[in-house]
Amino acid sequence: MTYKTDLPVMMPVTQRKAEPFLRLKLWHGVPIALLFIIATSLAFAAEGDEKQSPLAVLMNWAPLLLQGFIFNLVISVSAMSLGTAVGALLGLGQISPNRAMSGSSWIITQFFRNAPWLVLLFFAMFLLPFEVSIFGLAIPFPDWFKAILGLSLPVMANVSEIVRGAVKSLPSGQWEAAESLAYTRRQTLWLIILPQCVKRMLPPWMNLYSILTMATVLASIVGVSEVMTLTGRALSAEGGRPELLAPFYGFVLLLFFAYCYPIARFTVRLEKKFAVIN
Amino acid sequence: MSWTPADPMVSIKDVHKSFGDLKVLNGVSLDVMKGDVICIIGPSGSGKSTLIRCVNALNDIQQGSILVEGQEVNDPNLNKLELRKKVGMVFQQYNLFPHKTALQNVMMAPVRVLKQDKAAAEAQALKLLAKVRLQGKENAFPGELSGGQQQRVAIARSLAMQPDVILFDEVTAALDPETVGEVLQTIKDLAEDGMTCILVTHEMGFAREVADHIYFTDRGVIVEHGPPDVFFDNATDPRTREFLSQIL
Repeated sequence: MTYKTDLPVMMPVTQRKAEPFLRLKLWHGVPIALLFIIATSLAFAAEGDEKQSPLAVLMNWAPLLLQGFIFNLVISVSAMSLGTAVGALLGLGQISPNRAMSGSSWIITQFFRNAPWLVLLFFAMFLLPFEVSIFGLAIPFPDWFKAILGLSLPVMANVSEIVRGAVKSLPSGQWEAAESLAYTRRQTLWLIILPQCVKRMLPPWMNLYSILTMATVLASIVGVSEVMTLTGRALSAEGGRPELLAPFYGFVLLLFFAYCYPIARFTVRLEKKFAVIN
Repeated sequence: MSWTPADPMVSIKDVHKSFGDLKVLNGVSLDVMKGDVICIIGPSGSGKSTLIRCVNALNDIQQGSILVEGQEVNDPNLNKLELRKKVGMVFQQYNLFPHKTALQNVMMAPVRVLKQDKAAAEAQALKLLAKVRLQGKENAFPGELSGGQQQRVAIARSLAMQPDVILFDEVTAALDPETVGEVLQTIKDLAEDGMTCILVTHEMGFAREVADHIYFTDRGVIVEHGPPDVFFDNATDPRTREFLSQIL
């Protein structure tokens, strides 16, 4: 039944598909970033005379910068592993029926979740000793190790919330059914609840990893030799030529983009897949 | 004082229960003998579901006594696991474990809780799934089954624990009308096998057919009870009559 009318409220509802303005695919990132680098470097190169072109300089430094980037990845994977392990325990603590346990887990989680990452990093850097001696054996705490510890704190708190959120998101009927079949609380958690939570936790967990990876450059501020630190050193070694800034930092951006974008795409895919199953 | 099969299997005496300020059960008493099928009916919010959830200690009670085979449920030192091995339960929303197949849903508790041998548990589970007429669906996940099929898996899952009594909490309320019959038939089969059943239901025709005894609850008390013929044809309390006239 349709009315002939020009009143907007009387018009039939038409669902407009939300088409993204640009349908970017993963591989689009490469030409975009290259174009950016080349364009900026050419713009500056036009005024250079006998000096090496910015692109050539970048190529000289690229292997070192890549090494630095791999160091960033090592930091991100380590902080993620550590943060996930401790955070999962903290999350289980939050859902514990023991009040003292759940309360203290909640406080720790909230404290570290609502703290700036950089401040936590500074704390880890300057409060941890440069070495600890256990039974007379001096174990050094290098800067990169402290950076891992510092970054794993916010990861821990966020993982804790992811675990708690996933467990709470399951219908209470799952707990009741398990209870009425005489499963112990521990069995219920490990056999019934957590297996169903894994797929709910995976997308937010991967998002968190992306954010962490991008946050590893914070370690440059406290002097860890990761990609940002190395880029700064390379630039000053080249005499601080201003036309090098864009290609060098563009290159760093490209590295992060090439690593994080596929993770983001994959996360979206997983979210869609799980949304269909549920 | 030890329990013998001649005593009531479930004996509920003067049970009071409230959620905060809301009084849900206000002195309910009833006995269920071995092999009995009793149906609890009544308007929504009259405390029917709460009452049977107290029997397997999913809800606790504030006052009164519930004895299951002589064991007091209203006891802070109650071994809930031992109680729940004896008392099975089937829910309105089936509550199957969605990450496990029908067969795994049925055989998991016997293996994990009763520590049964895996092969024996599987053989029993296959038999039970056949009993609820689900041959061929053993490896289906709950999401692939209809509501009626899921509910029958849930019944088989409960039976696999070999309980002495099963609680049915409005088990057909969430089902499509065309699948209600297959679930009721399954329950009827159980009743004929001599299983002790406590049902909360809105299916009056079914209650009349299978129940040994009907209890009508309203506002947390049992208003009237009796054998189905007497109850449905000669209800005396005006509240019961009004409820029946609305339903029938």
